[in-house]
Amino acid sequence: MTLQEKYQELVNTATTSGVRDLNVREKDGVMYIDGEAPNGQTKDTLWNVYDKLDPNFLSGDLVMNVKVSEAAPVTKAKVTTEKSNLNIRKGPGTDQPVVGKAAHNESVTVVSRSNDMWWLVRTKDGEEGYAYAQYLTPEA
Amino acid sequence: MKKQFLSVLLIAIFGLSVSLVSCKSKPKDADIKASIETALRMNPMSANTRVDVKDGVATISGECKDELCKAKCAEVAAAVKGVKSVVNYCTVAPAPPPVVVVNSDDMVLSKGLADALKDQPGVQYAVRDGKIVLTGEISKAKWVMLKPTLDKMMSKGYDLSKLTIK
Repeated sequence: MTLQEKYQELVNTATTSGVRDLNVREKDGVMYIDGEAPNGQTKDTLWNVYDKLDPNFLSGDLVMNVKVSEAAPVTKAKVTTEKSNLNIRKGPGTDQPVVGKAAHNESVTVVSRSNDMWWLVRTKDGEEGYAYAQYLTPEA
Repeated sequence: MKKQFLSVLLIAIFGLSVSLVSCKSKPKDADIKASIETALRMNPMSANTRVDVKDGVATISGECKDELCKAKCAEVAAAVKGVKSVVNYCTVAPAPPPVVVVNSDDMVLSKGLADALKDQPGVQYAVRDGKIVLTGEISKAKWVMLKPTLDKMMSKGYDLSKLTIK
């Protein structure tokens, strides 16, 4: 089975759910899917389909980099760590010094999302720095 | 006498009409062509176009980079004085095939992995030939959060054969 066939349902779902700039291609036995989902729910759906087609994503033959549309500017995000505080760092990287912390479930102001992995945020205490985007959930 | 006056009047009217016509002389095709070319040159999107003008009808041809550029060329030409209509023979360049931009810098990938896996002590990582190699154990809930983050790094794929999802 080719990668195209294996992930056909995923590509179809992306197409029908309105993912923009959808780009599907293959290189050296790995499929890449890029695009911009209209909302977070669509992105979650795609990941569920991916999990169904390739349980636990363990084949390692797909890189799905679908972002959520930035049409609606995010100004606030909630700290969605498991339970710990979220480090706020001087620069984008865990090698950067910690300049502040945001508590679990705290709401922070998003200053910039120009870096996919590290968002520039400001806490209610006025501390500004980079926090790991995986632990931030945009608030409506 | 009356006849003479009439002929003078006729000559005067004739002369006046000739001068009126010459005053209203239309821009020449060559001038229109030059004006369109100048206007198109000012628009950097349409550098590769050719213009021909015949009886005020402008024909533009050449290759535009996209549909927007093609429409813009016609719009620019139509706005030039003396242009009656525009025939748009511009073609649109085919879109380049999608390029896979892969992050093959192992150092950059390693740094990204260090950031992503800082709080996952059960998972060890390595980068081999641009591929992300993960070993160890991770909960399903955490893995579902982690995989999208790792995919943002655009690696050359994964070796997850030694990774256990609990």
